[in-house]
Amino acid sequence: MNGVPFDLQLLNMCAALLLLLSFAMLAQRRVVTLVNLLAIQGALLFAATLLLAWRTGQHHLYLSAALTLGLKVIFLPWLLHRLIRRLEVYWDTEPLLDVSGTMLVGLVVVVFAFSLAQPISALASTATRSSIGIAVAVILLSFVTMITRRKAMSQVVGFLSMENGLFFGAMSATYGMPMIVELGVALDVLVAVLVLGIFFFQIREQFDSLDLHHLEALKESAALEPRADGEGR
Amino acid sequence: MRPIDLLTQILEVIAALAAAPLFLGWVNQCRAWLQNRRPPSLWLPYLGIRKLFHKDAVIAANASALFRLAPYVVFGAMVVAAAIIPSMGTGLPFTTAADAIALVGLLATARVFQSLAAMDVGTAFGTLGARREMMVGFLAEPALLTIIFVASLISATTALPEITENLATQHLGLYPSLAFTAVAFTMVLLAENARIPIDNPATHLELTMIHEAMLLEYSARHLALMEWAAALKLFNYACIGFALFIPWGVSTGAGGPAALALSIPLLAVKLALAGVALALIETVSAKVRVFRAPEFLATAFLLAMLGLLVHLLLGA
Amino acid sequence: MTPLTHSALPICLALLSLWVVIGLAGLLRPQSLAFVARTLFPLGALCGLALALLAGLTLGAPAERATLAIGLPDLPMHLRRDALASVFLLLLGGASAGISVFAAGYFRRGAGTSPGLLCLQYHGFLAAMGLVLLADDAYSFMIAWETMALASYFLVATQHTLPEIRRAGFLYLLLAHVGAIAILLSFGVLQGGSWQFTFDAMRHAHLAPHWALVAFALAVFGFGAKAGLVPLHVWLPEAHPAAPSPVSALMSGVMLKTAVYGMLRVTFDLIGHPTWWWGLVPLALGLLSAVYGAVFAAAQTDMKRLLAYSSIENVGIIFAGLGLAIVFGSVAMPAIAALALIALLYHSLNHAFMKSLLFLGTGAVLHSTGERNLGRLGGLIHRMPWVAWLSLVGTLAMAGLPPLNGFVSDWLLLQAFLFTPQVPHTFINMLLPLGAALVALTTALAAYVMVKFFGVIFLGQPREGALAQAHDAGILERIGLAYLALGCFVLGLLPTYVVGALKLVAGQLLGAAPARLEGPWWRLVPLPGRHASYSAPILFAAIIAVVLLTALAVRLLYHQRRRRAAPWDCGFGSLNARMQDTAEGFGQPIRHIFGAFFAMQRELPSPFDRAPRYRVSVGDRIWQGIYVPVGALVQRAADTVAWLQQGRIANYLLYSFVTLVVLLALVL
Repeated sequence: MNGVPFDLQLLNMCAALLLLLSFAMLAQRRVVTLVNLLAIQGALLFAATLLLAWRTGQHHLYLSAALTLGLKVIFLPWLLHRLIRRLEVYWDTEPLLDVSGTMLVGLVVVVFAFSLAQPISALASTATRSSIGIAVAVILLSFVTMITRRKAMSQVVGFLSMENGLFFGAMSATYGMPMIVELGVALDVLVAVLVLGIFFFQIREQFDSLDLHHLEALKESAALEPRADGEGR
Repeated sequence: MRPIDLLTQILEVIAALAAAPLFLGWVNQCRAWLQNRRPPSLWLPYLGIRKLFHKDAVIAANASALFRLAPYVVFGAMVVAAAIIPSMGTGLPFTTAADAIALVGLLATARVFQSLAAMDVGTAFGTLGARREMMVGFLAEPALLTIIFVASLISATTALPEITENLATQHLGLYPSLAFTAVAFTMVLLAENARIPIDNPATHLELTMIHEAMLLEYSARHLALMEWAAALKLFNYACIGFALFIPWGVSTGAGGPAALALSIPLLAVKLALAGVALALIETVSAKVRVFRAPEFLATAFLLAMLGLLVHLLLGA
Repeated sequence: MTPLTHSALPICLALLSLWVVIGLAGLLRPQSLAFVARTLFPLGALCGLALALLAGLTLGAPAERATLAIGLPDLPMHLRRDALASVFLLLLGGASAGISVFAAGYFRRGAGTSPGLLCLQYHGFLAAMGLVLLADDAYSFMIAWETMALASYFLVATQHTLPEIRRAGFLYLLLAHVGAIAILLSFGVLQGGSWQFTFDAMRHAHLAPHWALVAFALAVFGFGAKAGLVPLHVWLPEAHPAAPSPVSALMSGVMLKTAVYGMLRVTFDLIGHPTWWWGLVPLALGLLSAVYGAVFAAAQTDMKRLLAYSSIENVGIIFAGLGLAIVFGSVAMPAIAALALIALLYHSLNHAFMKSLLFLGTGAVLHSTGERNLGRLGGLIHRMPWVAWLSLVGTLAMAGLPPLNGFVSDWLLLQAFLFTPQVPHTFINMLLPLGAALVALTTALAAYVMVKFFGVIFLGQPREGALAQAHDAGILERIGLAYLALGCFVLGLLPTYVVGALKLVAGQLLGAAPARLEGPWWRLVPLPGRHASYSAPILFAAIIAVVLLTALAVRLLYHQRRRRAAPWDCGFGSLNARMQDTAEGFGQPIRHIFGAFFAMQRELPSPFDRAPRYRVSVGDRIWQGIYVPVGALVQRAADTVAWLQQGRIANYLLYSFVTLVVLLALVL
């Protein structure tokens, strides 16, 4: 640790905290806390982007950092909190696997991601190449979060967390994506959240709940039979 | 072995013995302040122990010699453990006899004897407490060992003073793996010392007790020794935390009497802050149900393993 | 010493023959308990002690060979005594001495085998194990191995009038032979085309890498079946409880280690230089067995089954150490490989003493109470103080607590794990350190299991009224238990001498010159230059000193008054012995956390039952998933082939005719 400059140590620390937050999201049941953790993740990304911009002198990274701050730390969490209040979904029901099992799966995923990333890190040329493994791990962990949840809101948070991981991975491997790509991705994420918000209202109206296993009732075999409560569609 | 090292060793043990009840009293005071109650006296644990020593020992009719022996063994194990932890200085001669793994082993010895003593009288509460204590222990001990393992990998040794010296004298560095293990260590500390969220140290309901249930049958001098040993355990755990994560201020290998004299008030400051932090954590958390305690500890274990993986990946 | 080192092998042989003679002498007066138990068994114990002393003194001596004229005309018996054989002979002699003394006081007249026959089987078992350790060619090895299996089968089936004992014996024999076939095939591969089955020929044979892998895999299968490695462990929890306690102790403490010996011999001596990734197989299987055994032990309600599963756990740790040694040895880290080897050999020695002590303790309990079920025991520390306090030493040792011996081998193994990140293979050096976390988990689980074992049997209140008639062990039994407890203390407090001796073995096996152990006799420094040391005598002295000082201070400053009262019952008023925690209750947290390991069936009471009942049965998923289907398959195949047996003479004549016609066609 002696020869490593301080800002790189800070970057490593940000990476580790990012991983810790992904794990915390895996184990969380309260949706409000999930969104707050997402906001903290965004803040960490902002700090890391700033550090990297200062270290490498690439000015587009400052713009990227500002975009991250505006979108991921301020706007999206505010939007999600508004959705939570209007839909009144505060708690997630029991996830597919119990907490210990989920954490164990998470650990296996992390080992897999780290071992995958070791040869890639050897090829990359950036100073932060050792955190590629963490980025891959964050992406995979968010995927697991999405799989093991039953409420739609938690799955959206998992999706956004995956995008955070992708962003961090791009930063560690190639010092950020071209500005066009980044703007495009940010716009896509924003539109996705807005569209998903509309969907949630529809789902809630149809099933009176945001529990996604109700969607299984829309299978073909079920749709052919008349609904018992008379609500035909 | 320099005379200053011998002095450090003896001073550490005496400080542990003397200051452990004070630390406990300080934590209780902070808790009372946070809960808007009038705090008890800072010296209350001392008065309690003294009062207990004067009383007659009332022992269950079917208690065996193991029951009477256990408090002494538990107390002895805690005192010897205090001699291994570098709270004031790192030049401790006794630590050539026992390293960090032996320290964990000593804590396990205390736990096993406590559980056996609880099972000795054969009441429902004692055996229930023993079962729960061993359940907490069998998940917390590997987590603690993994945490020490991570620190050992960073410092290439398992002797605790060497680890402390290594971490304290190096260029100030942020070790992400230590961040993970710090969180895991806090969780282990809460679990092993029977604090909220695992156990309520002030509870009277036998069905919810973990640590207290093992002390139900003890009275007088035996209870005094067990209470003192519990205070020592909390003190030891706090000092292990300082040695691993906040090692600055400890008198390192080349330090003389001045460094030793400086380390004592620094230790007091660290303990005071730790007490406030502990009281804060206890006040904002709620006690989890007993069958969720393994989840809590499994999280700590997995965090420690994550810390190990992060160390192996990042080299830090 | 010089004449001793050159004639150690003949003396060993003489002692083994003496065991056989003692066994045969038992047939002279088969029904006489006094002759067999009081005379022959102590004599056998003395033989064991002499064997242990001899092996210990000649550990560092160069290897000796001998060829006996017994055997087939062209296949004489080759024997060899080297450091590896000596250390296991030390284990055999040392542990069996204590067990034999206990057995002298233990065996009573009862249903089943007569004492004389038992003496023959017992000492034949001991001699066969000794011969396995000394064998230097495949032929004598397999003969000794088979004799060992058969002798132990007869010992397991001592009370053969009971059907469950017969069933346990059958399962044991079956799996022993499945393993023996694998070992035989492994030797067949190892001879590498020379068709010479001496170990010397195998050492010099050059095997193609894939053939060496086949030999190694067969050896892991065969020796793993004997050692009780998951998934070949199913015979252990049946056979150990079925056997009489001294036999269980011998099987658990010594026989499982002969499998470890075989594995070491094949891997490091006969194959010579294993490839690094072979080591991952025993490592993975070992860690799996360790966790599996510990988890199942925590859920048991029969005290001997609990100890059997605990043996599986310890064998797992030993095989994990073996895997580490293979990995380190093959990546040019010989000092650490030696450390891993020393850790596993030390653990074998420790386990022999600790497990034997505990099994003999359960034997004494079984004798005096007639109960094996943990739900009917309790409070025996008052009626059986000798057995209880000596078993406490075994309990603390098995739980891996300093300063006893279990801690030292765990410490050495963890020190070896500390070097795993330096292994130069990218994915593996991240997985291996996680193994250390699993070893730590296993140690903690072992402590849990041991607290359950000791607490439910000896502490608390008696759960049955009949336990008030329990009596303590006899003088011979006490001597046996005390000897084994003393062995635990010696192994724990003098690790420097043991590690110094084991370094010679490791050096010989790995082909490296052993480095001298640095540091004074009271401080163990396993690797020079690393700042990790352990001093058991000082730690022990410190604990004792603090305890005595505290007791003295309390006595002088305050008083020692005490009075007795009833236990605290929360004002309930009618607490009885049935309200203590049961064995099932104590294992409930483990069953809850590790539920995926078990095939559990629960019968829960409902509020509407007239006679509510709670029943839980804990089964082995491996038995359901592997053995039952394989058994069904074998049964179907046998039924198909059995079609050939029609019972009509004309058919059998037809078979002979067809065979003759085919042979004529082939030859002519």
